[in-house]
Amino acid sequence: MDIHEYQAKELLSGFGVPVPHGGVVYSPDQAVYRAEEIGGGRWVVKAQIHSGARGKAGGVRLCTSEEDVRAAASDLLGRRLVTHQTGPAGKVVHRLYVEAAVPIARELYIGLVLDRRAERVCVVAAPRGGMEIEEIAAHEPSTILREVIEPAVGMQAFQARELAFGLGLGPQQIAQAVRAILGAYRAFVDLDATMVEINPLAVTDDGTVLALDTKMTFDDNALFRRPDVRELRDYAEEDPRDAEAAKHGLNYIALDGDIGCIVNGAGLAMATMDMIKHAGGEPANFLDIGGGASPERVAAAFRLVLSDPRVRVVLVNIFAGINRCDWVARGIIQAAREVQVPVPVIARLAGTNAEEGRRLLRESELPIAAAEHLADAAERAVAALHQPRVDIMPAAARAS
Amino acid sequence: MSILIDRSTRVIIQGFTGDKATFHAKDAIAYGTNIVGGVTPGKGGTTHLGLPVFDTVKEAVRATGATATGIFVPAPFCADAIMEAADAGLRLIVVITDGIPAQDMMRVKRYQRRYPREQRSLLVGPNCAGVISAGKAMLGIMPGSIYAPGRVGIVSRSGTLGYEAASQMRAVGLGVSTSVGIGGDPITGCTFTDILERFEEDDETDGVMMIGEIGGPQEADAALFVRDRMTKPVVGYVAGLTAPTGRRMGHAGAIISAFGDTAAEKAELMRSSGLMVAPSPAELGTTMHQALDRRSAGTVLI
Repeated sequence: MDIHEYQAKELLSGFGVPVPHGGVVYSPDQAVYRAEEIGGGRWVVKAQIHSGARGKAGGVRLCTSEEDVRAAASDLLGRRLVTHQTGPAGKVVHRLYVEAAVPIARELYIGLVLDRRAERVCVVAAPRGGMEIEEIAAHEPSTILREVIEPAVGMQAFQARELAFGLGLGPQQIAQAVRAILGAYRAFVDLDATMVEINPLAVTDDGTVLALDTKMTFDDNALFRRPDVRELRDYAEEDPRDAEAAKHGLNYIALDGDIGCIVNGAGLAMATMDMIKHAGGEPANFLDIGGGASPERVAAAFRLVLSDPRVRVVLVNIFAGINRCDWVARGIIQAAREVQVPVPVIARLAGTNAEEGRRLLRESELPIAAAEHLADAAERAVAALHQPRVDIMPAAARAS
Repeated sequence: MSILIDRSTRVIIQGFTGDKATFHAKDAIAYGTNIVGGVTPGKGGTTHLGLPVFDTVKEAVRATGATATGIFVPAPFCADAIMEAADAGLRLIVVITDGIPAQDMMRVKRYQRRYPREQRSLLVGPNCAGVISAGKAMLGIMPGSIYAPGRVGIVSRSGTLGYEAASQMRAVGLGVSTSVGIGGDPITGCTFTDILERFEEDDETDGVMMIGEIGGPQEADAALFVRDRMTKPVVGYVAGLTAPTGRRMGHAGAIISAFGDTAAEKAELMRSSGLMVAPSPAELGTTMHQALDRRSAGTVLI
């Protein structure tokens, strides 16, 4: 789960990470009010969307007067920002963060991630902030410093000091930077984060260390024990289809193609997408319906896949283990009748009682073709794209 | 003896009296697995499926001589159950439970280091299909009927893709010695390499099918292990060629977040390390067949 910059700043500052004075606002009036309250005559107005690189997309404005603040807020609220992380559709700005602008002498990078090879938390630091860590890794890999943390005892002060000295900070900043790094580590562990990023961690002209931008991502599997973190979820930032999928215990990710996929198991779902590509088609989505392919789940899956108007064929690929194929086939038939699927369906059923399942599909007299195996299923799905549409319901009904 | 479990392996189930555990324990017993009891704290002294239930894993081990466990304990309590099993000295711990917090798994992995390597239990999973030795015993949630006994070892992150591999092996006339699902989480117990090492030493296995996914360094490590240490042919496949970066594909571990995480990069590394890579997920069986044929014809691979 992702949260907004301002939320991450609030959380981190509770762990001793220093941040500039600021506050979240929802309207131009509030923005001006907040700017007055902060004072100082220089502010940054920042769009709050779940994405990095907001600056490049025009989502961060430096303002030197209250009129500036009002104009920036009016312009940004409701605007759709497109960054390389949001996808081409972009994200609409509903909240802004108004913050005191500080004169920056140096920008540093601090990131905490789960290192999958070490199976531990790794703290990464680089002497050039502001850039994405991928860019730093590509252009100046030798400047990246790392500390891997022993989980039994947690991060020690000397490890934070090694990073701070390694970044070339002056004696005046070491203690401040150590406090920020250790605070970020404690937040990571205590809140079950999977990523904490302070980029940049700035040194101001007067030698103060401040976290100017922060990002946090949390472990979905640990939200059950972090109710305060769960509260921070912003549903407006999520694809409504993802939320709908989650409600039915489905795992859905929209892609760009036109062959909808309904599969059980994440690995098999990815392999099915690969197979479609291999056969010359493009998958419209990733969809894992999980272990039990119950008729309710299959019906919910059909509705979800068909909510994408680009979908012209649906490929169902179920490897039945616990549930026998005849039962799964009945579920597909029931779902196809209930949802009134307006596009051809190719179903591949494998596992226990596969033959019986295929027979049921054939005898259903619905436009469901039973495929023999994975390759056959993908080839038939691609071929179906080039055939005239088989309508099982009037176009008018479909449009409604 | 198969690499991990056999007909004679004495197995307990943790979270024994839960619905899911009950269902799969019955299935495993019917398949031939020697399940000797289970653990549900607070229900010690009762019986379930005609087998004794214990309060603690240590008691269960003392009373039954079990050396393996299957864990179905719910995610919030699962790390605790794994450490309890490790502390009771079980050799094989198979964790079916999914949704365990990553930091809990970090603690589990750290805990395992309390024991010298040769005394450490082998942890399979979490979030996996389990282990099956075809025709002998299974400890997991796979449909036993799709595995024809034979001489191909399978190791896969994904459960259903492992089933797919097994059924393709059968379709080309090959059988399976043992199939292991290592799970789709960012931190897993054993790795591909741990299982490949055992298949290499197993005289019941002639070749290995290894099925990876996007995300994480495991496939790359395994490819280098195959290059440097294995004599048996290994066929590779990596799911997720079409996966976009930054999006989590179902499995918590299946996300492209670093260089070398993509399916194409992993497949290329496999190829350059001497694995035969299946050109598509529909050609797992045929590629394995080719690899074994080449081997018996005495040709050197790649």
